[in-house]
Amino acid sequence: MFWVRVKRVVKSGWINFRRNGLVSSASILVTTIVLSVLTALFLFQAVLDSSIVRLKNQVDIAVYFSVDASEERILALETTLESLPEVATVEYSSADNEVLAFRQRHADDYLTLQALDELGDNPFGGSLRIKAKDSTQYEAISQVLEGDSKIARENAQIIERINYSQNKAVIDRLNRLIDDAQKVGFFVTMVLSIVAIIIMYTTIRLTIYMAREEIGIMRLVGASGTYIRSPFLVEGMLYGFFAWIVMLIIFLPVTYFLGHRATDALGINIYSYYLTHFLTVGFGVLFAGMLLGVISSFLAVRRYLKV
Amino acid sequence: MIKFVNASKAYPNGAIALENVNLEIQTGEFVTIVGPSGAGKTTLTKLLMQEEETTEGTVLFENVDIHSLSTAQLMNLRRRIGTVFQEFRLLGTKTAYENIAFAMEAAGKSDEEIVSDVPHVLQLVDLQNRMFHFPSQLSGGEKQRLAIARAIINQPEVLIADEPTGNLDEANTKEVIHILKKINDLGTTVILTTHDPALIKAVGRRIITMENGRVVSDETKRKTV
Repeated sequence: MFWVRVKRVVKSGWINFRRNGLVSSASILVTTIVLSVLTALFLFQAVLDSSIVRLKNQVDIAVYFSVDASEERILALETTLESLPEVATVEYSSADNEVLAFRQRHADDYLTLQALDELGDNPFGGSLRIKAKDSTQYEAISQVLEGDSKIARENAQIIERINYSQNKAVIDRLNRLIDDAQKVGFFVTMVLSIVAIIIMYTTIRLTIYMAREEIGIMRLVGASGTYIRSPFLVEGMLYGFFAWIVMLIIFLPVTYFLGHRATDALGINIYSYYLTHFLTVGFGVLFAGMLLGVISSFLAVRRYLKV
Repeated sequence: MIKFVNASKAYPNGAIALENVNLEIQTGEFVTIVGPSGAGKTTLTKLLMQEEETTEGTVLFENVDIHSLSTAQLMNLRRRIGTVFQEFRLLGTKTAYENIAFAMEAAGKSDEEIVSDVPHVLQLVDLQNRMFHFPSQLSGGEKQRLAIARAIINQPEVLIADEPTGNLDEANTKEVIHILKKINDLGTTVILTTHDPALIKAVGRRIITMENGRVVSDETKRKTV
């Protein structure tokens, strides 16, 4: 009997969904908007994360060595720094590379290049560019190099300059920006998600309000609450499912277009990201849509079952 | 079978719909409750269906106080009582066939029973050609016949017909009364409410008159043939 009931409930839900074409279409439309907002929020979060990663990658600590610092000692310091837990990468640039880079940067500045030529010897020493695992860890790395640590004491003679102090303001500002961006992103996500859920619940409540008289009649005929409610839950699931299909029809071409045209601006290929995260983002939104439909229907019907 | 013991119903605004009603209805009776609008006829049937609750007194169905029933027990009771209303109360999004099938499904009937019984009962009320029509596609008389078919499909012990002919013309009224009598002859207790004097004459049998929420007379006539 259980499966007979399940079959009847699913059939009844499907028939109601089909027959109430206009109401179903309106509910699908609203649910599509809700699911689109949820998907857009996921993608927005990805773009935000990517932008943060890009910004972080542009920050580093540069250690400039004196001209007479031997490559051996610089490489020894590189190895020491790489073993620090805060350090992600350390990149060594030799004195020759430094002068080459300087020449490239000033390729159009004839006077500067002439002055460099007149010096004869290479005035640059080697350098190390250190990237931290997290932008908040630059302070700690700088302390290791500039403070009272053993490493600082051992290398004080060969280190000419560390640019952290100059970059500190920028790094601090970046950290605040990242922190604010993440807070704002979370807040926007929460607010829009709640608004989306309320809109969807209100729409489904409205469709069930229209069926309140029928619910009362079903109750008078002696139908149990579960038997009355279940087809509405099926309808709620169908709204979620069809809205998801409509959302895919909209989002796949849009993300494809953005992936091909706006990858540089966004920092990630949004289409590739969407496809690779389809199991979580795509099916997650489908699950959320169907669950929202079911919960909204459940709560909305409950009110009219008290006959 | 059905007993109203000192049953009263008052609304929060102070309006009194029923006052100290004492009634007993036996199995197989055809009871006509008459009275003007606002006499308390519909309230009486709503109390029996537990659509509304008494503010004082009790309503007993087979010696069980229906006010004490759980939701599941109440739904079970409602399946034993068929109802027909003036405003039909059909499921607008379901066809004639589905309206009746729904009542059977609610009663836990099998698919086989539904497939065999629904066409049969539709034939009884002469709606076999309207099986797949929606209520909006039926005339008033057809809607009421469909409501009766739905009410009797689970072979209820009691059939409540609350002003069932209020929206019908004379021909359809006669048809509905004829069907109700036939159902009663088959052993179902019928409770009919009406304010139409012509209908009272046509039905005969036990007539309970109500006024201002009270029973003012209770007469039993000889069965009309």
